[in-house]
Amino acid sequence: MDFPFLTLITFIPVVAAVIILLLPSDVGLDPSKDAALIKRRRERVRVISAVATAISLLLSLYVYIGVFNAVEAGAQELFYFEDGRWNWVPSLGIGYHMGVDGVSAPMLLLTGLASFTGVLISWGIEDRVREFFAFFLLLVAGVYGVFVALDVFLLFFFYELAIFPMYLLIATWGWKVTREYASMKLTLYILIGSIVALVGVIAMYFVAQDAGLEMTFDLVDFMRARDAGAYDVEFQLPFGLGLASFAKIWFPFIFLGFGILAGVFPFHNWSPDGHVAAPTAVSMIHAGVLMKLGAYAALRIGVMLLPEGARTHLPWIVLLTLINVVYGSLIAMVQRDFKYVIGFSSVSHMGLVSMGWATMNVIGMTGAGLQMFSHGVMTALFFAAVGMVYDRAHTRDIPSLGGFAQKMPLVAAAFILGGFVSMGMPMLSGFVAEFPIFVGLWQASQTLQLPSGVPATYYAVIAIVAVVGIVVTAAYVLRVVQRVFFGEFEAEKWHGEITDVTLKDKFALGLLSLWLILVGVYPAIMQPMVTAGIEPIARLLGGA
Amino acid sequence: MFTEPVSFTDVIIPILPEVGLTLLLILVVVLDLAFRPVRRRAVGVVTGVGMLVILAVNVAVGLTFVRDEAFAEPVLGGMIHFDMVSVIFHSVVLLAGALTSLISVDLPGVARKGEFYAILIVATLGLSLMTTASDLVMLFLSLETASISLYVLAGFLRETRQSTEAGIKYFLFGAASAGVFLYGLSLLFGFTGTTNIYDMAEPLGALISGNAEGMFGLIIALLFMLVGFGFKISAVPFHFWTPDVYEGAPTSVTAFVSTASKAASFALLVRVFAIVWPAEAAPYWTGLLAAIAVLTMSLGNLLALVQTNIKRLLAYSSIAQAGYTLIGVVALTETELGLAAVAFYLLMYVLTNILAFTVIIAVSNTTGSDQIADFAGLSRRKPYLALAMVLALLSLGGVPPLAGFFGKFFLFAAAVRAGYVWLAIVGVLNSILALYYYLTVIKVMYVDPQVDDAPVFLRPASSAVVWITAIGVLVMGTIAGPWWNWALDAATTFAAVLP
Repeated sequence: MDFPFLTLITFIPVVAAVIILLLPSDVGLDPSKDAALIKRRRERVRVISAVATAISLLLSLYVYIGVFNAVEAGAQELFYFEDGRWNWVPSLGIGYHMGVDGVSAPMLLLTGLASFTGVLISWGIEDRVREFFAFFLLLVAGVYGVFVALDVFLLFFFYELAIFPMYLLIATWGWKVTREYASMKLTLYILIGSIVALVGVIAMYFVAQDAGLEMTFDLVDFMRARDAGAYDVEFQLPFGLGLASFAKIWFPFIFLGFGILAGVFPFHNWSPDGHVAAPTAVSMIHAGVLMKLGAYAALRIGVMLLPEGARTHLPWIVLLTLINVVYGSLIAMVQRDFKYVIGFSSVSHMGLVSMGWATMNVIGMTGAGLQMFSHGVMTALFFAAVGMVYDRAHTRDIPSLGGFAQKMPLVAAAFILGGFVSMGMPMLSGFVAEFPIFVGLWQASQTLQLPSGVPATYYAVIAIVAVVGIVVTAAYVLRVVQRVFFGEFEAEKWHGEITDVTLKDKFALGLLSLWLILVGVYPAIMQPMVTAGIEPIARLLGGA
Repeated sequence: MFTEPVSFTDVIIPILPEVGLTLLLILVVVLDLAFRPVRRRAVGVVTGVGMLVILAVNVAVGLTFVRDEAFAEPVLGGMIHFDMVSVIFHSVVLLAGALTSLISVDLPGVARKGEFYAILIVATLGLSLMTTASDLVMLFLSLETASISLYVLAGFLRETRQSTEAGIKYFLFGAASAGVFLYGLSLLFGFTGTTNIYDMAEPLGALISGNAEGMFGLIIALLFMLVGFGFKISAVPFHFWTPDVYEGAPTSVTAFVSTASKAASFALLVRVFAIVWPAEAAPYWTGLLAAIAVLTMSLGNLLALVQTNIKRLLAYSSIAQAGYTLIGVVALTETELGLAAVAFYLLMYVLTNILAFTVIIAVSNTTGSDQIADFAGLSRRKPYLALAMVLALLSLGGVPPLAGFFGKFFLFAAAVRAGYVWLAIVGVLNSILALYYYLTVIKVMYVDPQVDDAPVFLRPASSAVVWITAIGVLVMGTIAGPWWNWALDAATTFAAVLP
């Protein structure tokens, strides 16, 4: 493709952010005298943000359709819509290379949806509007960049680029009670993981070079090094632990390093606090897209480049993901704060994604890829709904809420839809995503061989226990729905503050719900491309 | 050395920056006498612009002539060595000097004193010579020229107790370290019989081969020299002067000391350690520096966590940054990436630190204090300055798309390439630790409520510095290629002459 779609998708938000920062601010203006001018300036910022995210969304949709058509026509390319490759720091082999495949194209679409609806839902923010939208757009650009980066250094560049706007957004515009604590914990936690993974990647680069290969940081070169067996070279471990291959030593660090962002137990702790403290739009991006960055990078760099390490370590990492699924849902059950329920539900559902990677076969990993999209849209929807309730009720305490469906029926409907998706109800995307993961787990129990030669039959046990998670999910979702949206509406308590949501909010909710239904009713619009993207990776892992 | 007639250009080209600085010094002294006290801020602007001109000349002339055959050997009687390393570090020092004089224009008590700028030029001159020195005499001479000027500058605000204390402490520490350092240098002379560092590797190699006493002597000389170098770069355990001096000195002097002095000292450290010690001794000094690097990074970051004064916080941060840079020095003998990473990092560091200190000058002029709490609400009072400070702090923390990210990446890549993966991991974990206190300052600016309404104000000279450094940090962080290539070029040519 000659037209640089991916570059545009990633950099339009950056350009918009720079433009916004250069616009005149409200500093020094008197609110009583210049109210109209202030309002105009703030509207300008919001409109620019909406336009930028809308353009990126439409381009993402175009790219998505392009990949869909290519897969349907039977194309067997590794990557589509490639931009570059241009040299960036040639002496270290760092270049600028972008491209999408079947796994990342849905992620692009997801980012577009979450960012556009996030801007719409943030229309009501009045404090330092310029900075909010500028940092938000930078965050969006960083996230886009990770999904399309085909140069591993570029991936890290965008990965870490997305982290510091999170800090500023949560610390400045978040929930006053925990925002400073949550933002700091989130930032430091995520960075530790990714930075240790970066050292691992640098080591991979040099090990391949030492093996005599011409290396750059391009993903294609890393794949070549992997095929040439550069990472199967054995190293002497310290403390007399014997020999182990490079892949086996580094895989846990890289996979779990990125897994921190994906919320893998026991490194998930930053996630619920981060979700709750963040302002609504940021929570949507955080749970909806940012956590998928971790899962995606874990797949791309961990599993795809170090398959030997994956085969050795995923069989025990799957136990961690199981804890995610079950433990996360159990904790969500007992939360009093509405938003914490959703936060822990995210931890639980992301556990399913990592579990899908751990099945190491096509069906399970396809399910994980679909779950990334489905959960992303669903959780964006959830947080949008929660935000709308909180903006009006100024409390998230479940016992004190009730009957909100009478006042905001569309929000209630959207939340219920999201709830059904999280339970894995058929006809919605949740089922399309979660069912293959369980089938994959079962298939793994039949066909997967552990390194020692023992068959991994315990995967069947894992599948059974994980189902408990689904049941508990249904329980807490229905509980929240019943307590918050149904039941009695105490009009005296709310003094008429509970109004219905604005047209923009309704449009946002509708747009998100549409995709949950679309993928659920007609999975063929997404599943084939995810499978096409997963198949080469599954083949490396020896799974069918 | 004097076997063939030496042409004028062969002599003048290597010391062009120093000649320029001397002429600038004369001009500044004359202007100081000519201008009325009220107009003496212009002297600062003249100094700054003058140094920028010299910087441009240095880069242009340096890049043109540095590969000439005439400069392959040490010139001017072996006193200085003109190579790409010296061109780069000259640029770093001159840039720091230029930016410092421009921001001093905003500093009360210093701005209108012409002699401040004159002494600043002398300090820059000394530091410039340090970056190219290849003879023990020139080494010590330039070191002392720079140091003594810096002692005076640190204690420049004679009326304040803090500045005087800073100056005295700096002087006492510095003089003692210089004494020990000189002892180490004299030991080197004693062992080798020559003062030219490029001629020392062979005799030292002969000294230590199969001779335990010789090894002992070498280690003593190494340790004594390390005292001097450690003092200049604020490495642990020679760092004790840093927080007090950085806090008490006038803020622009702090900016200069933390950037230019550190850069020149690293240049000297690299040149001496790589060239003087024979290859057999490499594991010793490399291992020692690795240990010092770990201590420096960790101690700097840990102590920075509890600071409430922004200048002290940046002082401890500066100590930690020296630790990171030492990682590059450790990787030096194994790979060119080491020296290239050090050069790139110090160039980035000049821009970043001076940006941070300029914002500090602006805020402390308004609030009268250097406490972090007084930054509260800066994002509302002066959004651009707050954003500039965010850029500086995140660059120090190593966050993309800022120059510090590439700086740290190159350092860690050099460490991994040289086989020091554990050192890279320690560095990486320290970066995370450091981010805590950088983010806390950012939090104070953005989250804490505003306490004061007085306008925060910068003169055009300082505003220009903010724009230059902020854009520089962003450019180096995105289009890192040309700068890295320059640094790598210097490192490769340097590696060619290693023993």
